Amino acid sequence: MPANRPLRDVAVVAFGQSDHVRTSDEVSEVEMLMPVLHDVLQQTGLKTSDIGFTCSGSSDYLAGRAFSFTMALDGVGAWPPISESHVEMDGAWALYEAWVKILTGEVDTALVYAYGKSSPGSVRDVLTRQLDPYYVAPLWPDSVALAALQAQALIDAGDTDEAALAGVAARSRDAASANPHAQLHGSRPQGDYLVRPLRTGDAPPVGDGAAAVILAAGDRAREICERPAWIRGIDHRIEAHSLGVRELTDSPSTRLAAERAGAFERPVDTAELHAPFTSQEVVLRKALKLGDDVNINPSGGALAANPVMAAGLIRIGEAAARIHRGTSDRALAHATSGPCLQQNLVAVLEGESRDSRG
Amino acid sequence: MPEVLKAPLIVEFPFTRSLGPVQSAFLTGLRERTVLGVRTGEGKVLVPPVEYDPVTAEEIRDLVEVGATGTVTTWAWNHEPRRGQPLDRPFAWVLVQLDGADTGLLHALDAPGPEAVRTGMRVRVRWAGERTGAITDIACFEPYESETRSQVAPHDGEFEDRVSGIVAPARLDYSYSPGRAQTRYINALADRRAVGERCPSCRKVYVPPRGACPTCGVATDEQVEVGPAGTVTTYCIVNIKAKNLDIEVPYVYAHIALDGADLALHGRIAGIPYDQVRMGLRVEPVWSEGGRWPDHYRPTGEPDADYDTYKELI
Repeated sequence: MPANRPLRDVAVVAFGQSDHVRTSDEVSEVEMLMPVLHDVLQQTGLKTSDIGFTCSGSSDYLAGRAFSFTMALDGVGAWPPISESHVEMDGAWALYEAWVKILTGEVDTALVYAYGKSSPGSVRDVLTRQLDPYYVAPLWPDSVALAALQAQALIDAGDTDEAALAGVAARSRDAASANPHAQLHGSRPQGDYLVRPLRTGDAPPVGDGAAAVILAAGDRAREICERPAWIRGIDHRIEAHSLGVRELTDSPSTRLAAERAGAFERPVDTAELHAPFTSQEVVLRKALKLGDDVNINPSGGALAANPVMAAGLIRIGEAAARIHRGTSDRALAHATSGPCLQQNLVAVLEGESRDSRG
Repeated sequence: MPEVLKAPLIVEFPFTRSLGPVQSAFLTGLRERTVLGVRTGEGKVLVPPVEYDPVTAEEIRDLVEVGATGTVTTWAWNHEPRRGQPLDRPFAWVLVQLDGADTGLLHALDAPGPEAVRTGMRVRVRWAGERTGAITDIACFEPYESETRSQVAPHDGEFEDRVSGIVAPARLDYSYSPGRAQTRYINALADRRAVGERCPSCRKVYVPPRGACPTCGVATDEQVEVGPAGTVTTYCIVNIKAKNLDIEVPYVYAHIALDGADLALHGRIAGIPYDQVRMGLRVEPVWSEGGRWPDHYRPTGEPDADYDTYKELI
């Protein structure tokens, strides 16, 4: 399927994130989020009243706090009334909605944010509530167990083994040594089995954090940002919910989203993959045809910090930030949702060539 | 500042869900120790069966009976079972392709240890003693050497007394913390003081504070004691008794702007007949013995507040 060219040039012009921590008892969601919002506004010099559209992603189930997203909105300063929306999904999907809103021509700028506070609850159990309520949720299969079923299928297929998974874990956390926001800096022992074949080291840290991105179109983006990260394509696709129907060693939804986003038209130099479990990186590398020459998760990825509902948006933000800094020219960013990579979003970001900027 | 407050929070509810015709046949079948699948347009047999083809979205109703024996297609050893899971001792999560089915069913496998489990092993359903028409009517799978038999038998899905719904209880446990601003507010309230927070930008005082000014989007950090008395800005008369609430109806629930606050909070008004409560009524909090917050508000006896003094707070 051919990629669609976007109707307008839209870029990520700013990215901010909190430090990701195991617990953040001392702050409410809005208290955690607000400094991140102020950070991206300050980077761009924009005020709330300059933002055309605001969209956020979060889930009240994580902290068990009903309507937390309406209270998080207090941190935006929503007066006079703003144009706003929320998705009960990772913030990457909020970014998608904001991107579409800009494509319509109604607005030129958007603020996208996401936060997750997993520390008050048990995220392994909370995530069982997203499963098929008739046949699956009554069995309470936790998120690690489902990822472990996928990992074993990969091992059986000869796609990976425990040593290779340990290598993914070590590489990711070593990379995170250079990421001041990460929750885990530097590699550590793989530890005991959580649910075999996955060990503690194969699973993401549980923690709290927030992230925000500002999008802008065309010349507005060039005014705001020295080197905007242009969204050349973005698409998301979902697979059947029943695990037994899916081929767990592959990710056709990722591949299709990547095709539609134009990821295969030219090689990327960097890929920020949202793979909370080491085994999921194996699946994504295969689906995205990423070779060893691609810099995978220089931020450390979700294995170094996994604020649920924000970790996908952070992948887009990290990829964009590398383009802003000039350390990447063409990057792929991926976000996932649901068990065993059920739903996947792929964005392709580019910086303008440095020669043409004179 | 003192430690932030923390309290256990349990979110628990039973979900009552109705079933479609295919789900109803499948779950009733489990009650009767019969495993049903559904055939797609392409001829694939899906177990567990669904109402719509996951590929074409076509409505599918062609039921077949599959075996209670099958083959493990992937597994994961769970040495620490969690609440609600099928077994309370270590077990393997498995996807099982039942004989005659083309897809895997997720469930637990009762096995002595991970060394006894492998992909490709043969298993069979262990039925629960008491069955109600739910996925848990399969207690788990157990190892069982047998030949694979792939034939399926057509089934009309008809059973006596078909189940039409399930009740799925859900419970999540949290340890909740309200953050800095609300901790300060709740702690002050325990000392019978109402402490709001002022926005550094617009200077409004929020009670109760939530840590941010919703108008300006900045942190509120200057604490301001307000009240104790306040003005009723608006109210309603409650005529329906809420469950577990030991208050006689009718009673009045009101928005009360505490003196010095720029946002009204809400509370019950007592100490005055319900039909005499009015906008502008001056009230003060009444604390019950050992209570951490005002039980209700009662008239102070002062003259009513002038409308202009609270009209911005309605």
